[in-house]
Amino acid sequence: MEYLLIIISAIFVNNIVLAQFLGICPFLGVSNKLSTASGMSLAVCFVITLATVVTYLINKFLLVPFGLTFLQTIAFILVIAALVQTVEIVLKKVSPSLYQALGIFLPLITTNCAVLGVAINVVTKQFTFGGEAHMLGLGEATVYAFATSLGYGLAMILFAGIREHLALNEVPKAFRGLPIALISVGIMALAFLGFSGIV
Amino acid sequence: MSKFSLITKGLLKENPTFVLVLGMCPTLATTTSAMNGLEMGLATMFVLILSNIVISLIAPIVPDKVHIPVYIVVIATFVTVLQLLMQAYVPDVYKTLGLFIPLIVVNCIILGRAEAFANKNGVWDSALDGIGIGIGFTLSLTVIGIVREILGSGSVFGWKFISGDGMLAFVMAPGAFIVLGYLMVLFNKLAKK
Amino acid sequence: MAAKSSLINMAACLTGVCLVCAALLGFVYVVTDEPIKAAAAAEAQASIAKVLPEGGSISEEFSSEAEGILGYFVQTSADGETTAYAVKTVTGGFGGPVTLMVGVLPDGTVFNTSVLSHSETPGLGAKCTEEKSAFREQWKGFKGVLSVKKDGGDVDAITASTITSRAYTKAVAQAVELVKSLGHE
Repeated sequence: MEYLLIIISAIFVNNIVLAQFLGICPFLGVSNKLSTASGMSLAVCFVITLATVVTYLINKFLLVPFGLTFLQTIAFILVIAALVQTVEIVLKKVSPSLYQALGIFLPLITTNCAVLGVAINVVTKQFTFGGEAHMLGLGEATVYAFATSLGYGLAMILFAGIREHLALNEVPKAFRGLPIALISVGIMALAFLGFSGIV
Repeated sequence: MSKFSLITKGLLKENPTFVLVLGMCPTLATTTSAMNGLEMGLATMFVLILSNIVISLIAPIVPDKVHIPVYIVVIATFVTVLQLLMQAYVPDVYKTLGLFIPLIVVNCIILGRAEAFANKNGVWDSALDGIGIGIGFTLSLTVIGIVREILGSGSVFGWKFISGDGMLAFVMAPGAFIVLGYLMVLFNKLAKK
Repeated sequence: MAAKSSLINMAACLTGVCLVCAALLGFVYVVTDEPIKAAAAAEAQASIAKVLPEGGSISEEFSSEAEGILGYFVQTSADGETTAYAVKTVTGGFGGPVTLMVGVLPDGTVFNTSVLSHSETPGLGAKCTEEKSAFREQWKGFKGVLSVKKDGGDVDAITASTITSRAYTKAVAQAVELVKSLGHE
């Protein structure tokens, strides 16, 4: 039951893009086409989940025991950068077809603040799924990270659909491109506000 | 390029928010009030100037293949320094801005300026570039903050001019996107003239 | 421009940069360690003082196993009598945990409350942080039934923020519960 609450709240209520403002740059950058948007979402999904598990373990078994939690930021970003690089190399060797699909997105992900944001949130914030406030365990953290990245994918794919339609419309000149995109996201976020309170 | 235009270009021609469209996450998330926007802008400017200076100094000796990791380490170091300083001397501000202070590391403005400017220019110019872009970013954030605070809470820098509440949606997530969108339209209109 | 890459200069460069950065961070950490602890302590002191009657000395922090209690402090008068408790308590609000400092008199009357941290919606639930609001004023000397009026209690909820008000009330109730259980010992 608690896992279900985590999933619903991470995807809809606290959607990472529309409510937490993380990973906006790639969200605006690659949502022009549905195909690239879904590729990016898959890559982000993969990296967020993996990075959260790894940084969670590093925090628990290295930083906390040695009293080095002030190094969280720098340690996490280095781990994420190395991880993304490794994933890229491994993918290239193991599954060239998947690499073809995700390859171009991977280097962009290091500077996607969604990855670092989720990793830091999971180890510093208390969560209140199902009433009591507590820090997440490894299992919950993994589910939370995965669900969050699903929320990212959902927002991204929905938005890419909207943008494909926008491109066909006559938009006033000053609104063309990002301004109209941002306003559309705003309206989408307004719709997502309707989910708040269900968990 | 003259020294003066290095600073002023950040305001209009290369405004990081409205023209380069970089660093959107803190721009949207921390501008719930004018003061928050201003503080976030200043925090980012601190890291930007220092990282620009250091990167312009070390760029000639950093091997090409590892330049990104090296830059990230430099930036992350300054962010951690900023975190420690803020916790020590302005704990309240640190609490309000929360997650978005460590996230300065992945703010594309900083790595972007390192790549596009600091690694091919001198120390002095890079510092000025940092100041210029930093001021542009701070001003943009403050303006967005002011608009959202006026519409959302009916106040400016905490000074309330209506009794009761404003339009809450503008303090919440949707308002951030919409305000930024419309300000961008306005900026486009004015900049074209 | 950038130097040519070779395995040796890449390794040397990365090591060098990391060493310098580590040294700098270590230095800043040592310098700021004291002020950070002082700031945290000052904040804790201030939040305790805010919710307790004036005078008396405040004890070290005690820990408790009770649900939602992060710790508590005991205030004693000059002649050693317990005059009040300050309880740090947490519950789940609308947007995340709501952490309060609650001052409770030994008979279970609430003296005052203050918010330590929260992530409620700005303009709605976040109103619980406005010190002069009716919601906050009602806690001074509160001794009624600890649940919101909608649930049959005596607490006036914040308009349109019932969940936050419930969480706040529950946190206060936890604190009062703890003080009552301490009194029986």
